[in-house]
Amino acid sequence: MAKITYIEHDGTEHVVDVKTGLTVMEGAVKNNIPGIDADCGGACACATCHVYVDEAWRDKTGSTSAMEESMLDFAENVEPNSRLSCQIKVSDELDGLVVRMPESQH
Amino acid sequence: MSDLGAHVVILGAGHAGGTAAALLRQYGHTGKITLVGEEPIPPYQRPPLSKAWLKGEADADSLALKPLEFYAEHDIDFRPSTRAVKIARADKVVTLQNGETLSYDILILATGARAIKLPVEGADLAGLLELRTAADAEALKAAVGPGKRLAVVGGGYIGLEVAASGRALGAEVVVIEREPRLLARVACEALSDFFRGYHEKNGVTFELGATVAGFEGQDGHVTGVKLQDGRVIACDAVVIGVGATPNDEIAAEAGLETARGIVVDLEARTSDPSVFAIGDVTHRPMPIYDRMFRMESVPNALEQAKQAACAITGRPAPAGEVPWQWSDQYDLKLQIAGYAFDVDEVLLRGDPASGKFAVFHLKGDQIQSVEAINSPPEFMMGKQLIGNRKAVSKAKLADPTVSMKEVVA
Repeated sequence: MAKITYIEHDGTEHVVDVKTGLTVMEGAVKNNIPGIDADCGGACACATCHVYVDEAWRDKTGSTSAMEESMLDFAENVEPNSRLSCQIKVSDELDGLVVRMPESQH
Repeated sequence: MSDLGAHVVILGAGHAGGTAAALLRQYGHTGKITLVGEEPIPPYQRPPLSKAWLKGEADADSLALKPLEFYAEHDIDFRPSTRAVKIARADKVVTLQNGETLSYDILILATGARAIKLPVEGADLAGLLELRTAADAEALKAAVGPGKRLAVVGGGYIGLEVAASGRALGAEVVVIEREPRLLARVACEALSDFFRGYHEKNGVTFELGATVAGFEGQDGHVTGVKLQDGRVIACDAVVIGVGATPNDEIAAEAGLETARGIVVDLEARTSDPSVFAIGDVTHRPMPIYDRMFRMESVPNALEQAKQAACAITGRPAPAGEVPWQWSDQYDLKLQIAGYAFDVDEVLLRGDPASGKFAVFHLKGDQIQSVEAINSPPEFMMGKQLIGNRKAVSKAKLADPTVSMKEVVA
């Protein structure tokens, strides 16, 4: 279980407990948090679960696969700390994680 | 005009209906929401049924769109195992199969589509399966495994995904397709050939141009698929994936306009302003192609759920979208954007033999659709170009050494 803070583009914060083994995307979707669309449900096919990972957490969230890298390369508003949240698995290590959402997922 | 206190009744608790209920709450709807579904479980994702779920890589919890508690916590009256049989629009009342009635202010029809059945001899044998629901997937999972022979009727995306998953589970798989090539209805020849080769390499055998005449059985269970040329393909189970038909009867009987699906506008509104329809059941406008048609895809279900939820809560309509879909087979990721309407040229980018290529369908110098195999840049840029209708240089597009960013520049 990890406490994760999701911050919408307008600054609205949502703090929820997410079960180990789910992805950061699933944590948002199952709690009905706006700002993460996740159209493909986690297949790394759509880039609509884009988040910015807070600096302090970049190492712990792991590295990006070639497929994720490639999808992000063509998404909107991409920053060096951009990730697809369907590709970040939640573990106890991520307790306290903070992610921010872009203005739009499309 | 919106009424955030209106009672919204949603018929159909699939991807579209479930998403509409959740979005209404997210958008501040305070009125009652009643979500009526025929299946015994809350809304879930169907795409993994033929892939991760079949292979045992996903469980029921991970399939669920939201946990069961979500509905009570958000004051959504979820009615599982419940079927609506009649809509009386003049009184704004829905009648359920158990005789109960529900009054609505706003009705959303999200009744989806059902698998087409083959009208042939032996079609009622046990072991003949389809794949629309979690229960179907459960039956299929039990029927495939090492040493089992699985026959798949229909060489479309569902059939091919089932074939790939069947192989992963150790079953022998034969795909029977009426057309002379796979994916005949939805993909170009280069892609059909590529998928055939890839599946053959993974041990799937094909009967193309073969029409099913019936099914043979013993003690009520299927033992073989009989082809029109007289041959019998022995098998332990059959999956039939030959397309789907919209569940629009309840709408038609209520006098709503239908045309191979319930006719809606860009707000997902039907010919009755109090009734919306979303997802696989709709016949909807698609402005970038200047026509109306019916789509069967998750992105479309989500988009129309958003359109309806925006209209009901008085939000501006979402920006026009480019339709898209995906398929996973073995280690292949296929991403498709757009539909190949009015195409006068098909252009191949990359070498299929490398397992990484894209097929662009052009109308003049505009892209109408793209099918991208293990090629996210081609998919992502192609999708943008389909949306903004920008002209492209065919020479650059056909040259994989020119990056997609340069193609657009």
